Amino acid sequence: MSKPIQIEQVLTANRLSDGLVVFLGPDGEWREGLAEAAIAKSKEVADALEAAGADAEDNNVVVGAYLIGVIENDGRRRAAHIREHLRALGPSVRPDLGKQAEASQASLREVA
Amino acid sequence: MYRYDEFDDGFVRERVAQFRDQVTRRLSGALSEDEFKPLRLMNGLYLQLHAYMLRVAVPYGTMSANQMRQLAMIAERYDKGYGHFTTRQNIQFNWPKLEDTPDILEHLADVEMHAIQTSGNCIRNVTADPWAGVADDEIEDPRPFAELIRQWSTLHPEFSFLPRKFKVAVTAAASDRAAIAFHDIGLRLHRNENGEAGFQVLVGGGMGRTPMLAKTVRAWLARRELLAYLEAIMRVYNLHGRRDNKYKARIKILVHELGVEEFTRQVDEEYARLDGPTTEVAEGELARIAAYFAPPQYEDLDDEDPQLAHQQVARPAFAAWFEQNVARHRVPGYGIVTISLKPIGGIPGDATAEQMRAIADLAERHSLGEIRVTYQQNLVLPYVRKRDLVAVWHGLVKAGLAEANIGLVSDIIACPGLDYCALATARSIPVAQSISTRLAVAERQRDIGELSIKISGCINACGHHHAGNIGILGLEKKGVEFYQITLGGSAENNAAIGEIIGPGFAGEDVPVVVETLIDTYMGLRHEDESFLDAYRRVGPKPFKEAVYANR
Repeated sequence: MSKPIQIEQVLTANRLSDGLVVFLGPDGEWREGLAEAAIAKSKEVADALEAAGADAEDNNVVVGAYLIGVIENDGRRRAAHIREHLRALGPSVRPDLGKQAEASQASLREVA
Repeated sequence: MYRYDEFDDGFVRERVAQFRDQVTRRLSGALSEDEFKPLRLMNGLYLQLHAYMLRVAVPYGTMSANQMRQLAMIAERYDKGYGHFTTRQNIQFNWPKLEDTPDILEHLADVEMHAIQTSGNCIRNVTADPWAGVADDEIEDPRPFAELIRQWSTLHPEFSFLPRKFKVAVTAAASDRAAIAFHDIGLRLHRNENGEAGFQVLVGGGMGRTPMLAKTVRAWLARRELLAYLEAIMRVYNLHGRRDNKYKARIKILVHELGVEEFTRQVDEEYARLDGPTTEVAEGELARIAAYFAPPQYEDLDDEDPQLAHQQVARPAFAAWFEQNVARHRVPGYGIVTISLKPIGGIPGDATAEQMRAIADLAERHSLGEIRVTYQQNLVLPYVRKRDLVAVWHGLVKAGLAEANIGLVSDIIACPGLDYCALATARSIPVAQSISTRLAVAERQRDIGELSIKISGCINACGHHHAGNIGILGLEKKGVEFYQITLGGSAENNAAIGEIIGPGFAGEDVPVVVETLIDTYMGLRHEDESFLDAYRRVGPKPFKEAVYANR
């Protein structure tokens, strides 16, 4: 495994209606996959993401939006902290449930 | 078991309607999250790591086959086909959608269930000995009192905004199967020197980041004084419990800081101030409730079933299951069956919808339609005739529920941990699975004997690790999970808080460490000495030496 390139950030939250984990995408839409999230490499962009998150909370789309660190290994993106890593995938003890189960074969290799 | 009357049913339906409206207003934005959160918590709805989580109340761990079937339907229709039985005898669903929860609560109301006060700073589910009414060491069924407390504490206007959550447990047996020493209030019904039944009242037990054993505040309290005395305790707590610091807000902190003598003095002073007759339990009301728990019409059977001995010889697997999972019943010819929800390598306390239905069918056919939940995350069929045990066992085998490991090393308690819980610092379930798999061999488990392993995924200790003979606490440092081991805990009679043995371990090392602890025990135990007894005899030194020898 090559050295992680840098810590970047994405914005995550839980969707209000069903509680599922979502990530803010580049088009301002909330996505279910970490791979589709908008990346913030600077404080300005991170601040903008947070502001968008606060708006989405006010508009009752999501609950509890916050920034998380992501790292890239060999072109694959994963959450930096184990808690967020599990949150982005689903329970490690039920690989048949959650986002990890919906991922394609290629993405499944990403989670290892 | 208790049946709702018109008042109860009306109340629960109104509550559902109220919550339905609150959800509608939340989804439209008429209610903000800050406004809505305390309201959803009052109906047991959490927001967890992956989704919402709904905690359904199973009052004192008693439910009917019908209710179990409804839970199976809810699991299938509104969740992902399974539920999780908890260390407070409740059941949790991990994937409900907010927009579906009013319908879920309506389905629950249809079978006299609800999720009221399973969360929040209020009096939670009153738990009880899962063998209530059928244990052979019990003086009488404590559940009428658990039901009384439940009714009294539901929407109690004075106690709906406590400094923190409040947990009560009740037993009437010589052997404590309700972990009363670890509850905010523990109640033990027993006889005094005059042979009168009354309550030992213990206050201030708890797990969490500051585990404490409850202290006796009243050695014997007359039954009719129960609610008034509880009222006095709650008033002292409500007034003096801390509200400035969440981590010092439980009643155990108050009892600890005042000392039990001063705390008791304050309670007795408040009790004297109360208008006794208005809060005294009317004998008629108690009798009305007790009638719901009248013993069923047992058959008049011989205690020895002629087939049973023969079946044990013919079927060694059945014999092993009978030995481990069936306990003596107070009525001749009957047995208390514990259904293990701890398959080797499986997730402790989880059951699929199919399994729930299988259990409901077995309960209906062989247990007079009743099921109990234990705080060890297992289930109980309390009224099984000995002649039906083989049939029950066959049914459990078919459903994958026949692990013969109750009380043994693979009967592990594990909280949901970081796989599910937003509060967790580490995963607990995979640790349970790996230990279970490593120690799977049945003969070896029986040889090791009674040994409780309890695993928590964070310092909140929902997995009761402080009360484990071997306790495991999952923590995290720089994003890496590691695990601290404690020894010598127990939630039974002579309760004790486990002691940490030393620096923590990586997750993959925990099974080896546990095996080392067990091997150490096996090497020094006296005949018939359990792990806990051996530990109490020799202390932590031999265990520490064995585990940290090469570190």
